[in-house]
Amino acid sequence: MKKENIIFSNLYGKHDESIKGALKRGDWKNISKILKLDKQDIINKIKDSGLRGRGGAGFSTGMKWDFMPKISGRQHYLVINADEGEPGTCKDRDIIRNEPHKLVEGCLISGYAIGADKCYIYIRGEFYNEAKILQTAIDDAYSKGFLGKNILGLKINFDIYIHYGSGAYVCGEETALIESLEGKKGQPRLKPPFPANVGVFGKPTTVNNVETIAVVPTILRRGPEWFSSLGRENNTGSKIFCISGQVNKPCNVEEELGVPLKYLIQKYAGDVIGGWDNLLAIIPGGSSVPLLPKSECENVLMDFDSLKNAGSGLGTGGIIVMNKQTDVVSAIARLAEFYKHESCGQCTPCREGTGWLMRVMKRLENNECSFEEVQMLEEVTHQIEGHTICALGDAAAWPIQGLLKHFKKDILKRIQKKNVA
Amino acid sequence: MSTSKFKIIAEEQSQPLTFNFSSENLTKAKKIIKMYPSNFKESSIMPLLSIAQEQNHGWLPKKAIEYVSNFIEVPEIKVLEIATFYSMYNLSPVGKFHIEVCTTTPCMLRGSDPMLDLCKKKFGLEIGGITEDGLFSLGRVECLGACVNAPVVKINENYYEDLDSESLNTLLDSLKMNKKVKIGPQSKRKGSEPVK
Repeated sequence: MKKENIIFSNLYGKHDESIKGALKRGDWKNISKILKLDKQDIINKIKDSGLRGRGGAGFSTGMKWDFMPKISGRQHYLVINADEGEPGTCKDRDIIRNEPHKLVEGCLISGYAIGADKCYIYIRGEFYNEAKILQTAIDDAYSKGFLGKNILGLKINFDIYIHYGSGAYVCGEETALIESLEGKKGQPRLKPPFPANVGVFGKPTTVNNVETIAVVPTILRRGPEWFSSLGRENNTGSKIFCISGQVNKPCNVEEELGVPLKYLIQKYAGDVIGGWDNLLAIIPGGSSVPLLPKSECENVLMDFDSLKNAGSGLGTGGIIVMNKQTDVVSAIARLAEFYKHESCGQCTPCREGTGWLMRVMKRLENNECSFEEVQMLEEVTHQIEGHTICALGDAAAWPIQGLLKHFKKDILKRIQKKNVA
Repeated sequence: MSTSKFKIIAEEQSQPLTFNFSSENLTKAKKIIKMYPSNFKESSIMPLLSIAQEQNHGWLPKKAIEYVSNFIEVPEIKVLEIATFYSMYNLSPVGKFHIEVCTTTPCMLRGSDPMLDLCKKKFGLEIGGITEDGLFSLGRVECLGACVNAPVVKINENYYEDLDSESLNTLLDSLKMNKKVKIGPQSKRKGSEPVK
């Protein structure tokens, strides 16, 4: 993408992340002009930009904001989901440590638009050093008068608090995050009621991902038309992709949505280790989405709709690359272990199912399974999928479904070989 | 749910007889309580446990749980429930350097299993173990969220990234000898940019 369109110009932390550096890069510029806009006007502009949530589900951000009740005088909350922990994803960490003012400014503008005067940033506890940088950014914004009471004389009040998580992946699910903020175990709530009606502390709440909120100031400054001119129809704007696994140069990079996966890996990540022909499969959107075999990776575009059509998803944009030296069964077995560890234990299909999946995947890895068990494995994933309160159950099922969809032949061959021997 | 050995409540002989916030943490704690609506006292449990754990060398004794429960006037069982549910709270002593090796798929693909083996061999530890001198303890954790800098190891509050056997070995030796170490990537890069 063109250099002038890049939003996170300090993604790699090569420049000053403090307020001085941020002001120089254009953050907080004309903030009072933006805050003088009508609330609905801001929501409409975000709708027009086509911005879809960057945390995984890809729901329209403007529409989500519009769900908030419009009666003034009631307490509303903005909650930022910085509980980044989806395997393969490490973009929010870079925003928090290198572009914290984009996030803080985004919180103020978004909070104002949804009628909230308080914001909690729920950051994973492991990001201890990153949260310190964020706290400094918040403190500096207070001393410049960008946060606090009567901001810039505009009769707007806004406070931001950081709440540390403590190592529970499930708290990245918005209602589990809300429970956790209320000092309970991070166990998701049934919806409805939706957070926009009954959220944290029983009040209307919007929960947004870090990256979603951090692009809001730039969209308003450069205009929704500019943002929607990037990417593809219904998949507009740019996005940070995290390229990990067996590539020569693993890295984070901002690119337009709709960029071809192959181009992304060859241009930025120095290609697959052993060359493109040595590619086996790619998980394109964080561990929760099904993998794509090499044949699908040749031409697929990196956006919500293209990846959905290819039988996977954009998720968080965490691209995990596996080459032919990988045992794909052990790679997925490791993910099964992850979901077993992170299941909150509330719904039986997930609590019992993730443990079962883990044990059978381990047996499959050691080639101790029979043909019938492979069939049963597939059935069990379907019994978990869609039968739990939150999407963690689905997320545990999909990687294994993806594996069986594309590599069942190889797995069965492996079992047969053992049976013959 | 976490199955770490550090989640098992320590035996009586390891439990300190008292726990009180230091004066610095007392100021912090009072500030934390004000962050939340006054009728949601439970919201302070997590941040208070975090500072209690920091004060008590990386683990939460029973007295700290009791102290936090008295401090915000919520039943002790609610505090214990939080302390057992969330994996970052340790309920038994950890080493001066608590090593946590990430072994989830993106790290595994970059060789995190050999990193874990190196730690085990170097200190003669199994997962959940602590060295006799109390310097090192070893844990295995799920995704630390620094996947493009894999393999990653977290020691106390710091991440050490882009590791290989040599750099991890040097790092652990330096910590043992109380030498200053570089936090973050142990390679030539600063953050998540592609190497040149």
